Parts: sequence; C-alpha cells; structure tokens
Amino acid sequence: MQDRDHRQPKLELRGVSKRYGDFAALKRTDLSVSAGEFVTLLGPSGSGKTTLLTIVAGLSASNTGEIWIDGAEATNQPVHKRDIGMVFQNYALFPHLSVFENVAFPLRMRRTPESEIKRKVNRMLEVVHLPHVGDRLTRELSGGQQQRIALARCAVYEPSIILMDEPLGALDKKLRDQMQVEIKRLHTELGATILYVTHDQEEAMAMSDRICLMNRGGIEQLGTPQELYFRPTSKFAADFLGTSNLFGAKVEGVGETIDLSTGFHASISALRGADVGPGEEVDVMVRPEHLRLLKDGETADNVVPATFEGTMITGSVTRHWARLDDGTTIVALSLTTGPTLSFQPGEAVRFGWPKDGTVLIRPAREG
Amino acid sequence: MRAALARLATGVRPHLGLGPALLLLAIVFLIPVVHLLQLSFLDSAKGFSLEHYLRLFQTSLYVKILANTFKIAGLTTALCLICGYPIAYFIATSAGRGKAFLVLLVLMPFWTSVLVRSFAWIVILGRHGLLNQMLTAAGITDAPLDLIYNLGSVLVGMTHALMPLAILTMLAAMQNIDANLSQAAGTLGARPSQAFWRIYFPLSLPGVAAGGLLVFITAVGFFITPILLGSPQETMLAQIIVIQIDEMLNWGFAGAVAVLLLIASIAVFYVFDRVVGMSALTGDMAPAGAGKQGFLSRAGSRLGYALIAGLGWVCDYLGSGWDRIFGTRGPHGGRRYGVPIAAILVVLFLALPSFVLVPVSFSGSSFFQWPPVGFSLKWYDAFFSSPIWRSAMIRSVYVGLATAVLSVAIGIPAAFALSRGRMVGKTALMAFILMPLVMPHIIVALALFYSFSKIGLVGTSLGLVLGHTIFSLPYAIVTILAVLKNYDIRLDQAAWTLGASRLVAFRRITLPLISAGVITAFLFSFVKSFDELTVALFISGGVATTLPRQMWAEALLNVTPTLAAVSTLILILVTVVILAGEYIRSRQPSS
Repeated sequence: MQDRDHRQPKLELRGVSKRYGDFAALKRTDLSVSAGEFVTLLGPSGSGKTTLLTIVAGLSASNTGEIWIDGAEATNQPVHKRDIGMVFQNYALFPHLSVFENVAFPLRMRRTPESEIKRKVNRMLEVVHLPHVGDRLTRELSGGQQQRIALARCAVYEPSIILMDEPLGALDKKLRDQMQVEIKRLHTELGATILYVTHDQEEAMAMSDRICLMNRGGIEQLGTPQELYFRPTSKFAADFLGTSNLFGAKVEGVGETIDLSTGFHASISALRGADVGPGEEVDVMVRPEHLRLLKDGETADNVVPATFEGTMITGSVTRHWARLDDGTTIVALSLTTGPTLSFQPGEAVRFGWPKDGTVLIRPAREG
Repeated sequence: MRAALARLATGVRPHLGLGPALLLLAIVFLIPVVHLLQLSFLDSAKGFSLEHYLRLFQTSLYVKILANTFKIAGLTTALCLICGYPIAYFIATSAGRGKAFLVLLVLMPFWTSVLVRSFAWIVILGRHGLLNQMLTAAGITDAPLDLIYNLGSVLVGMTHALMPLAILTMLAAMQNIDANLSQAAGTLGARPSQAFWRIYFPLSLPGVAAGGLLVFITAVGFFITPILLGSPQETMLAQIIVIQIDEMLNWGFAGAVAVLLLIASIAVFYVFDRVVGMSALTGDMAPAGAGKQGFLSRAGSRLGYALIAGLGWVCDYLGSGWDRIFGTRGPHGGRRYGVPIAAILVVLFLALPSFVLVPVSFSGSSFFQWPPVGFSLKWYDAFFSSPIWRSAMIRSVYVGLATAVLSVAIGIPAAFALSRGRMVGKTALMAFILMPLVMPHIIVALALFYSFSKIGLVGTSLGLVLGHTIFSLPYAIVTILAVLKNYDIRLDQAAWTLGASRLVAFRRITLPLISAGVITAFLFSFVKSFDELTVALFISGGVATTLPRQMWAEALLNVTPTLAAVSTLILILVTVVILAGEYIRSRQPSS
C-alpha cells in the first residue's frame, strides 16, 4: 500500500459488462485505477455506477470481461477473497456486535493474533477520532459516528481498494461536508485507493482525483474534475456538472481561432484545440460564470444580443436570465457585489465572454 | 363549550377505538379465565381448599403426565425449529414469485385444521397405510410396521401441525435482517459459512427463540394429536382436562390442571423474557442481549458467541475442504444446494400429507385404507344426506361468517387506535390483545365453558361466535395494523383540507386503501373459526354442533372415509379462501 507502483494499476476492468435480461445495466467498460487514486463514479440513478461497483466488489457477476486487482485476475474470485473494503450506503454495521468487534471483524476473518487485533482496532478508532466508543453498540452512535466506524472497519485491514457506495447519502448537508473532509484526510493519511460512487456532482468535484462520469450504463467521460468541468466532451457531461448554457452553431473557419456562426445573428470564436472542421455542426457550451452582462460601450471576445428576463440574488452569487433571439434561455453568474446593473425585463442587453470560455462539443454519435 | 367538547373528542377519539375490543376480551376472556383459576382453589362445598392441587401431586401419575407433556412439547419444538429454520432462511433470502409461492405453501397447512391433518397421518402411518404399503411393496419389510399410536407418530403429527407457526415467526424476524450485512461480511473477508454463523445466525436467534416459545406454548396445550395418533403412554396434560370435564365434570380438578398448564406457560415466558426480551415476539429485530441484562442472559450470550464462532470455523474448514475436492465455486453462481433441498423437502412434508385424504374420500372400502379400493361417491353421499352433518356444516359456515364480521368490526377501530393514537402502555395493550393466542387454547375453552354455562350460552351459536372471536380478533387486528403501518396519514389530512369530513375521508380515501387488509382479516377470521375445535368441543354441546366438533365425535367412534370426504371439502374451502386472500393481498396498491 505504501509503495505506489504507478506502472501497474491497482484495479483494472477490461471489457466488463452486465445485463439483466434485455436491459444492459452496464455496457462494455474499461477502467483503470492507479494506487492511491481517488476515483469517483458519478452519474444519475440507473447510470450503471452501482452495478459497476458491485461487480468490482464481487457482489454480482459480470457477463463479460475481466477484473484485475493488484496485477492478479480477480474476475472469478469470491467476495471474501478479493481483498477489497466496502462502505455501504446504510453502513451495514453489525447490530449485535460492539463497535470494537465490528472493526475487529475483518481481522478475525483473517486470523490476526488477538494482540494485533487490539492494537490495530484501537489505532483505527483513533484515526477516525472515536477512541472511546469501542464498547458501545453501533446503534448508540450518531449517524456521523456510524459512518466513521464503517470507514474504520473497512480500512483496518488495509485492503487493496476501498469501495464506497454513496456513503454520505444518509447524512445531512453539514455533516456531509464534514465527512467529505474526513474521508479525504483518511485517503491521504492511509494512502488508500478509493472507488467512490455518488450522484452528487459537488461531492465528486470536491473529493476526486478523477471522475468517471456515467450515463445509461456506460462511461460518458473520464478525467480530472477540471477536465470534466471546463472541457466536457458531451452535452450530457456539460449539463450534469454545474450549469451550462448550450446552443447550436456551425463552424465557419478554422484559423488562429475557430470561428462559428449561430442562429441568433452573432458570430463567435473559440480557441483552437477542438477537433472540428469547417462546415461542421457543433454544440457550444459556455459556463454561466464566464458570461458577463456588458455595459454600454463595453466589449468582449464574443458578444451576443439578448432580451433581459430577470435577476435573482442567491447569496454570494447573482444570476441573470436572458433570452437569445432564437429563444434559447441563457444564464450568467456574477459575484454579488453591491448594487450593480439594473435592467428591466424585456430590455435589450448584450452578454460577452472570452474566447477561451467557448467549449465546442461534437453532437452525440448515438450508439 | 362546543369547542371544548370537540377538543375533548379529538383528544380521546383514537383511544376510544380500542374500547369494544378491550371490552370483549375482558368479558369473554379475562374474567372467565380468572374465574376458572379461582375455581381450582374451591372444594365441592365452595370453601377454600387446596384439595385439587394435593390430588395432582398425591400420586406420581399427574407429575408423570406433566413431565411427559413437557417432553413431547420440547421435542416438538426442537423438531419444528431445526426443520423449519432452513425453509425460513430460504424464503427470507430468496426473492420474487417463488418466495410468495413458498410462503403460500407454508400458510396453507397453518390454516388447515389440526384435525384434518391428524386424519391424514392416520392414512399415511396406519397399519394398512401409505407408508407401510410402500415399504412392503419395495420389499424392505415383510410385515407392516407399527408406525402409529406411539411417540413417533405423535411427534410427527404435532411437528406437522406446529411447524408453520415456527417458520412464520422465524421468517418475520429474518425479514428484518438487512441483506447488506451478509454482503458486508463477505467484503470484509468472511466466507459464506462464516458470514452466516457469525452475522446472520446470531441476528436470527431472537426470531428462533420467539418461534420456539410460541410452538412450545401451543404444544403444551395439545390434545387432538395425542388422542388421535398416540397411545395412553403419550397422554398429555390437556387430555386430562378433557377427560375431567367430559367424563366426570370435575371443574375444580380440571381447573387445577389448567393452572398447572398456565404456570408452566408463564414460566416459559418468564425465561424467554429474561434471555431474549419480549420484543422479539413481534418480529422486531432485537439484537442479542437485548433482554434484561441479568446473569442468565450474559452467561448465555457469552456461551452462545463461543459456540457460534466455533461453528463458523468448523463450517469454514468443511467448506474449504469441499472447495479443494470439488474445485472452487464462482463468487456467485455457487449457492449451495443444501439449503434449497432441505427447504423443498420440508415444504413437501408440510403441504403434501393433507392431500392423501382426497383419494381416500373416494374409496369404496369402509376403512382409512391405502391404496383406496375402487371408486365411490358414497361417502360424499353419506355426508350430504345426513341431517347431522348438513346442519353442522351450515352452522360452521354462519358461525364463521358472524365471527369474521364481528372480528373485523371490532378490529378496525382497535387497529386504528393502536396505529394512530399516541398512548401510554401501547405495548401492554397489544400484549393483552394477543394473549389468547399465546395461552394454551384449552384453558380459554375450559374457562368459557364454565362461565357460559352460568349464563346459558353453552350450546348456542352466540356463545360459539364470542368464543371464536377471541381467537380471530388478534389476527384481524394484526393484519389490519400491518396495512395501516404502510398507510400515509397525510392522505387523510389532504382529504380533510380538500373539504372532506372525517367520515367521508374514511369512506372515500382510507377504506379503499386498506380494503385489502380488511378483506384478508375477514377471510382469515372466517377460516380460523371454521376450523376451530377446542372451543367448539366445550361450547357446542348436543345437537348444536359444528363441523370440526362433529368430525371429532365421529373420529372417536369410528374412523370412516366420511371423515376423509369432509376433510376434502374443508381442504377445498380453506384453499379457496386462502388463495382469495393472497390474491387480494397481492393486488394491494401500496407496500
């Protein structure tokens, strides 16, 4: 666990798939996770993320493909021999055992000597900041404490990979934020490799080294949170992470920049880099925080005219809504900094953004 | 003034619903039982005396019978638990249609009368019965074996009668065990056998204990099976009560025997509560050691853990040995066949025997003989042409219907009160309502006989209906409560805000949504009453007899295929009713 071998992945899935009758719960999927990495499976419910996790855990069998853990094939290995740790959504703490015995359970299954069990469990309870609850029954603990015991139980035997199935789903917002920090701390402190499932994009952004965005039983996009946020490769990815403004456009020319024409009488440009050619129809995505309401005389790389619809202050940020000439609604975000521009609904306004804020997405190739 | 009254009404209303149920239980159950207990302390001149108790212990006869009763009840309990566990486990851990079907197969015998099932065992185990025929035909034995009228046949009959109760009670507890726990144990490195013995089994123990308790208490009060399938050596305590009343009308002594039974039951309950805790009875998951923290439970649980850990490792070794010999199973497909096979065998044992009565009912011979001789409808003819059988049948039907109506009418408000009202002592009230079920039936029957004879209710249909309702009501209330548990009270509140009065909201919203539960409660109450023998044995004297009572009388005289014909008719009726109940339940919108 300590020496991180970056050449050999900790976990590797090759062509793994799962169907239930006619329904493809998971299309053929490849995924590789290196040692010490925190990878999140993110997606809406039914996107296949939990299916993928249970296959890795060995709780359900894949129809095709291979699973490799630590360079050894584990496809047909029974659950208890896979050397994985799993944190369940409802924690699955054993109600008839004390906290100590819960954490000691995996060690007992591995025939660890009693003295070592004592040492390891106590150390682990200290790591999760709950050194004095060993004698209690698990149901006497609060939700956050149970969560930490669940973490302790699956980390105590230093499994190759820790799997977490929406572990924070049952906690309230405040506790969730706290536990995110806690899990991150454990991750670095123990050097653990973690495969994490959530449908909460903020959680995924905050915690992950890489996010594996899933949709309809397949991987939509795999990359760092930054990549997914700023360079989504599909409309789905653009929409699922954060808010986005999307509209159609046509590539007019590829020179120093990529120039596009739109359906609402404005030409816009993007930085080079996207793999598109002239004449191609693409989708354009602009994050609301890149959009700015322009004052009279102000200008930007890209400017579009729109009809103002309304403003809403939601705490530290302010949202402005407007409608483009072709009917698309767009949203701009700015920090709330005192009385700024005030427009009346129906007024003609202009929005601007820098050309590096233009993200081109090639239309989905359905299949 | 009006406002104050209204406030009073809304404050009290939920509790009022319990009124009729409690009143009925007090008058028809509590007072008669207390009366009976008093009676055991009176001599023939109505003065206080312990003569009946002295008589109990004067000779070794009754002590022997008591010991015998405990032995038979204990063995039955052990058999029920050991054979019932695999099927309960199998049902609890499987899913889908198969599961519902298995539950149905277990439920069927549960609702079929003990009387009918005892007849079935006479056909199977008899000297010229099914089993002996098979053994001789297969050349295993030359002469028929004595398979019946001994301890073995009594145990078979009683286990067959009570195992559904054990299975259903264990199942209730097992269904509350989170399936994730076993999976979690797997991810933490436990082999399936380890996960079972260390996690699942300890968690299911309260359910096992509860099943054992209910089976034991019921078994202690058994008399039908030992009389029909046993010899004098298998005489049980309840038989003494029947004899004392039937032949000698010795109330005081019968009362003393009943007290003995009752004390035995209470003692068992007491031990159960100390070790396991009463909450296990309702199927709530009580972690081991939830009983009162006494020496008994602590020593018990420590011993238990050592034992369970040991079992886990033994099975682990066996399992890995198996793997080594036959190759490692895959992570999933390798569900062992042992449990399903055991489960299916047990289900066959439960479901099949009753059906041997069907061919016998068409037999041309005058005996319970296997294989049936020829084909004849004369036994059905005998049944339908006999005025006694006909009137018994009609009486059973309308007593059953009346019981069902009464149980549901009283049960609905009581269930509402229990589910909605926030009241003190709810658990105690629930325990009181369930008490008739967990007390040997014969005690209640005896008590009712005595009290009803004072007010002229013996031999009347009203007396029968009241007596049967005591046993149907708990089922009705529990069934309706189960539906109400899933019922969202905000639907009512929504109806009120939309302008419906309470009555209209109940009729238009609540009732349609809980109708499945109500109909099920009605059907089960009917079946319960239709099959009931113990109360009927005492209350329906003379010409005013019910079908089971008439079968009993006939069986004591002469076992003819008429009984098989009646049993077949009862089987058909019960099957239809249960299937109807299941059908309605499966169409229930919620849950």
